[in-house]
Amino acid sequence: MSGNQDGDAVTPLGDSSVPDDAGSGSTGPGRRGVLGALGAGAVGLVAGAAGGFLGGRSSAAPSDSGSAPAAADGGIVEFLGEHQAGIATPVQDRMHLAAFDVTSTRRDDLVSLMKDFSSAIGYMTRGIPIDSDAGSDPLSPPADTGEAYGLSPGHLTVTVGFGRSLFVDAHGKDRFGLASKMPEGLIELPHFAGDMLEEARSGGDLVVQACADDPQVAVHAIRNLSRIAFGRASVRWSQIGFGRTASTSTAQATPRNLFGFKDGTANLKAEDPQLLEEHVWIADQKGDTAWANGGSYLVARRIRMLIETWDRQNLGEQEKVVGRDKKQGAPLSGGTEFTAPDFSRAGPDGRKIDADSHVALAHPSRNKGAQMLRRGYNYADGTDGLGRLDAGLFFIAYVTDPRTHYVPMQTAISGHDLMQEYVRHTGSGLFVVPPGINAAGGYLGQGLLEG
Amino acid sequence: MKKTLLAPLGVLAVAAVALTGCTDNTKVASVSGPGTITVKEADNGDCTLSTATAPAGQLTFSITNSGSKTNEFEVLAADGLRILGELENIGAGTTRELTVRVDTPGDYLVACVPGQVGVGTRQNFTLTEPTTKETVSADRAQLQKDAVTQYVAYVKGQVQQLLPATQEFAKAFEAGDVAKAKALYPSARAFYERVEPMAESFGNLDPQLDFRKADLAAGQDFTGWHRAEEDLWPAKGYKALDAAGRTKVADFLTGKTQELYDTVRGEKFSGQVTVESIGQGAIGLMDEVASGKITGEEEIYSHTDLWDFAANVDGARVAFQTLEPLLKDSGDAELATTLTDRFAAVQTLLDEQKSGDGYRLYTELSKEQVKAFSDAVNALAEPLSTLTKAAAKTK
Repeated sequence: MSGNQDGDAVTPLGDSSVPDDAGSGSTGPGRRGVLGALGAGAVGLVAGAAGGFLGGRSSAAPSDSGSAPAAADGGIVEFLGEHQAGIATPVQDRMHLAAFDVTSTRRDDLVSLMKDFSSAIGYMTRGIPIDSDAGSDPLSPPADTGEAYGLSPGHLTVTVGFGRSLFVDAHGKDRFGLASKMPEGLIELPHFAGDMLEEARSGGDLVVQACADDPQVAVHAIRNLSRIAFGRASVRWSQIGFGRTASTSTAQATPRNLFGFKDGTANLKAEDPQLLEEHVWIADQKGDTAWANGGSYLVARRIRMLIETWDRQNLGEQEKVVGRDKKQGAPLSGGTEFTAPDFSRAGPDGRKIDADSHVALAHPSRNKGAQMLRRGYNYADGTDGLGRLDAGLFFIAYVTDPRTHYVPMQTAISGHDLMQEYVRHTGSGLFVVPPGINAAGGYLGQGLLEG
Repeated sequence: MKKTLLAPLGVLAVAAVALTGCTDNTKVASVSGPGTITVKEADNGDCTLSTATAPAGQLTFSITNSGSKTNEFEVLAADGLRILGELENIGAGTTRELTVRVDTPGDYLVACVPGQVGVGTRQNFTLTEPTTKETVSADRAQLQKDAVTQYVAYVKGQVQQLLPATQEFAKAFEAGDVAKAKALYPSARAFYERVEPMAESFGNLDPQLDFRKADLAAGQDFTGWHRAEEDLWPAKGYKALDAAGRTKVADFLTGKTQELYDTVRGEKFSGQVTVESIGQGAIGLMDEVASGKITGEEEIYSHTDLWDFAANVDGARVAFQTLEPLLKDSGDAELATTLTDRFAAVQTLLDEQKSGDGYRLYTELSKEQVKAFSDAVNALAEPLSTLTKAAAKTK
């Protein structure tokens, strides 16, 4: 791969300050370093040069797989910005998420890893293969694995976060000299009543959330980052989600989770920037942790649903547990889907919302006004070996502080929710998501690693 | 159930004579009519019937309690679980009458229970072909009432056996008699597991008696059966309870079980049981199996999950059988047949795992055996989920 520094659109990313062989832990083909040429101004250049540079493939063309029709935005979600994409972005239909363990002990490796990740993400979210010559050198393994060739970028977003274990190990030892910069909100989540967490599905030093309209695009992203990481980090666990269970834009219809109920009706939406400021973005950090401002916390919970026993409940019971009717998603106190629940009165058929229903326990009024931006997905991963499906909700929420915005609500739900009988939390992770990259020359986590 | 008026102690001896024959809840023995079966009960467990067979149909028992403890009389199905009719609170020295209708010939049991605690004395009782072919028009509302009465009696019957079994277990546990406590643990728990959904309706009793450690929220105390289980089958690194600690666990267990006993014998309980709650109870019991026992998650220290499994199935089956007359009455006989067959299939698998007086440990099962259980439970639970609707129909 050439590392030439021509600012020309046909040139792949190059960086004069970081030679390809920097970072002794990196293996494989040369990696792009910093997003030199990929600053805000370069976006238009890259897209405009679609014909030549991309070998005839246009990023605005509909994908070969026949998924979403050609989007007005070319299927591209801007990677650069004050906040990372993939949080307030309208939820895409597919997700592939992976947690990584950093296997190196050198801080330099962590820095180079984040630089390489950022660069690759920049390419992938624009639908550009990671390598420049589309892997046509017969003597080299292609840098980009290739399964996203010909596919629309599919509104790919890749969001990266850091786990507590990156900062301090299980004995509290400072792994990379970053312990003093760990924000206070990055706690060890407590055991919630009924948790059945599997160690192998929980935790992680890094998390990468790839969401897209096309599952192949999301998988391609994780796969390529995993490959880039060899020698510096390894995949700890991963999860594929096949259907979104939230809306983060008023333009989206509310989807259904595997209980058959609409999920995400009362979610924070991108069109509420005030509420996002209040409940999602980190904003008040000073000193050593100020690098986190503009970021958020990602709470991930793999929630197995006991769908076989759920399916045997009568409709009245199901609706009682949720607190809404199944068909419309209207609260049992009456109205339509988006009518606010009224816990004091009965609906037209005489039913009241049960105080221990899911809708009641999750309501901001029961949680000191806390709201979360939920961005979860349905999953179905084979069976449990007992003739039943291992399926459920991969819950994802972005919050400004999990101590106020997640733990109290989950404590109440795990203790009292009627729904608890039908769910088992089998995996868990809490990560701090750094702010976005605003200008050319930045990389994700730079504030933490260099500040 | 009317409560006996308790006269102040000094007045009792005098009042007893004066009261005979004129209070509203003790009756002098009526003249025994044709076909009335007399029963003699006493404190030592005597339970003598004038005959061990009778024609099926309307049965009338005249029960005399010659003891000093309050007694009761039950007519049970051959499984010893389902109670078809009972009379409680038969006072010392009184004679009372019980009428119960059992139309199906076959083998049954009767029981006398001095003190209304424990299993009492049971005798075989056989019903032959009815002498007269009376056609009884089925009043559906009455059938539903009967079902509730029977099911309440069943729950009380299980809890009244749970209490002494728990006390015996607690005594052995407290004394540090590990072998005895371990032997008593699963069979005592079975009485609880047969009626668990009912216990769950009583506020905090189920969490206090039956929560596993993983079910606890931060700061919540670990009490009840599984706390004892943890101590009896210690895992690596577990610090054993001292005598004082065991006493605390034992006392709490028996205290809460006494509370359960008192609650199910109260009017509030019998008043809140409906045909719907019986149906839901059956479904709830099979859900218990599907979500906890099938995976061996209930008894993580002792691995005695199959005992609980069998008890949950017993409970669900009794609930179904209690509602069966309603199914037959409303044209759902096919559902009744399907459920009978599916219950039998699960029972066959359970019987295959019998070992001594109990069952093999969960850890001794192969993956294939566990899968077979899971399939049979799903095959049963699916049609069972339609039970409530069928039984609660007003036709």
